[in-house]
Amino acid sequence: MVVYLDNNATTKIDPAVLEAMLPYLSELYGNPSSMHSFGGQVKTALEAARAQVASLLGAQDTEIIFNSCGSEGNNTAIHAALAAQPEKRHIITTAVEHPAILSVCKHLEKKGYDVTYLSVDRQGQLDLMELEAALTGGTALVTTMYANNETGVVFPVEAIALMAKEYGATVHVDAVQAVGKLPIDLSRSAIDLLTLSGHKLHAPKGIGALYVRKGFRFRPFLLGGHQERGRRAGTQNVASIVALGKAAAIAELDLAQGTDPSKGSVPSEAALRDLLQRELLATIPDCEVNGGNSPRLPNTTNIGFKYIEGEAILYMLNREGICASSGSACTSGSLDPSHVLMAMGLPYTILHGSIRFSLSRFTTEAEIQHVLAVMPGIVDRLRALSPFNNDQADWLQERDVALAT
Amino acid sequence: MWDYSEKVLDLFYNPVNQGAIEDGNEPDVAVVFGEVGSIACGDALRLHLKVQVSKDQILDARFQTFGCTSAIASSSALTEIIKGKTLDEALNINNHDIAEYLGGLPEAKMHCSVMGQEALEAAIYKYRGIEVEHHDEDDEGTLLCKCFGVTENKVRRFILENDLQTVEQVTNYIKAGGGCGSCLAGIEDVLIEVQKEAADSVRVAASVALKQEAAATAVAEAPVRTLTTLQKITLIQQVIDEEIRPVLIADGGDVELHDVDGDRVLVKLTGACNGCASSGDTVKYAIAAQLRDRVLPTLTVEAI
Ligand code: FES
Repeated sequence: MVVYLDNNATTKIDPAVLEAMLPYLSELYGNPSSMHSFGGQVKTALEAARAQVASLLGAQDTEIIFNSCGSEGNNTAIHAALAAQPEKRHIITTAVEHPAILSVCKHLEKKGYDVTYLSVDRQGQLDLMELEAALTGGTALVTTMYANNETGVVFPVEAIALMAKEYGATVHVDAVQAVGKLPIDLSRSAIDLLTLSGHKLHAPKGIGALYVRKGFRFRPFLLGGHQERGRRAGTQNVASIVALGKAAAIAELDLAQGTDPSKGSVPSEAALRDLLQRELLATIPDCEVNGGNSPRLPNTTNIGFKYIEGEAILYMLNREGICASSGSACTSGSLDPSHVLMAMGLPYTILHGSIRFSLSRFTTEAEIQHVLAVMPGIVDRLRALSPFNNDQADWLQERDVALAT
Repeated sequence: MWDYSEKVLDLFYNPVNQGAIEDGNEPDVAVVFGEVGSIACGDALRLHLKVQVSKDQILDARFQTFGCTSAIASSSALTEIIKGKTLDEALNINNHDIAEYLGGLPEAKMHCSVMGQEALEAAIYKYRGIEVEHHDEDDEGTLLCKCFGVTENKVRRFILENDLQTVEQVTNYIKAGGGCGSCLAGIEDVLIEVQKEAADSVRVAASVALKQEAAATAVAEAPVRTLTTLQKITLIQQVIDEEIRPVLIADGGDVELHDVDGDRVLVKLTGACNGCASSGDTVKYAIAAQLRDRVLPTLTVEAI
């Protein structure tokens, strides 16, 4: 049994999505830019997909630019925003962004930009007063995520956007984790640019889209042909675009049904997430939900198991067929504790032993029960190996204090 | 997932020798533990030893580890390796032995084996009542990596001992640089410095070797010079005064000839040369080589 609870890293391709895209990997191989009907029918499919993505976001078709991924969307958005107002040299972002934002900001700092990294509190939440204090007439861009990939904590992006607009700043939202999971209506929003990525909502990897508000002064990042109305050169990845369109349509339906109490007796992913979280906390001592008191994505829970280390937990889970994550997929493989959990100021006892479980609409109750059955034993085993427990931790904490002073 | 060897995974899933050792107050038996790491660093090891006092031998070893898969496997491996060894034998175990026992570790996880070696040293030094930490110098000097509390001295020692070539390797071995990354540039500076020092000493060694070779050939080819004792001493004095002293004086030091006993030349270093850390090199390269070259290839030089 494989229990896949790492959906914030990537999701399974929905079988309906796969079916929709397959013809464009076989017989329908025309180039949408060609001046013949063989390419023309492909172009029709591409534009239909654009309409589906636009619909999910409450946007207009012409506001959607297809690209390759969330990282491309984020890079493009930042460069486009800065190019539109070259005289402004200040950027505001948050300390808990994805590396696709943070690395660009660090790079821009070297190029002479001034970057403010807004902090988060113990619950992973921003303080809008801090944003207000950071904004000036010289702020070119406010770029923030909608929902955090590690904790699922949701930021008040509409309030952020309204505040930023008062200072004439461009607003970019990295909504990679939120699209398909939270309702979004850009027609009534002050957001200028928004990034999404296909593989987080059951489309394949390697496809993404950037929303660019109509009338925004956009400078393309990738130059070349006239695809995407000159805004992103390169022959379109048609099959994946069709897939993204289909995935968007399914997600839209799903979101609408989520609010429908007649949906039936199958527990939603939010209900399963709550079950998992509640039972883990009830059966395992010394653990807590990171960001648990903030508004969060319905599919994510990040739990800190004190006194043991995350990788060891993951390997134990892996042997039981359970896929989860410690920190984000992009930072696992490096040695540093998650920058998101660090920014939240979590104690080290929790920081190193935090595991993210992220569900999808394909997650079943039986899978959650399997995790609930094995997890207490895993934690017990690792705690038996650990030199720490509630009262024995002093010797190392003393050492920490010594090091810090 | 990491590319762990089967042995690593086996010892992780089925660790041996886990837990603490209680002191049963048995005669001729001592129980001690050594600890390294910290919860802030994300891994820590407490190694327990049971020692047969009369034989200075490890009867039993157990571990308690907070850390990842390979930290737990490394701890288990360490306890297996050292059981039955004398303390002196155990002190010869290094992190590479632990990694080898495990069938190798991914390079990014080498610090787990380092932690084992350090805990072992900590335990043995504690047992022997040696107050001073083995690598006392590690704790001195500038703190280079604040995230993991690593000093410049420690970085330098690891580069030298493990022949590390890149900043990434330094991080893999001692974690320095693996956190916020703000110390990476500093680590690179130390690395470049150490590499430069190493290259310089290789150059010196090479040029000395060349000179010695040339001298040896010259001796082989030239008719063996025969000097009376007086001639020899006069010539030595002359070379020291005319060729060696000016160089040393320019560096703030000086040398005087104390005695000549057969082929043994006894000199006295003065000024800055006296007590200088590299005075050994000065004698070996600057004085002895020159005298052998210019007077007799059989001469040896000693500083008094
Ligand atoms: S100071 Fe070294 S990694 Fe942060």
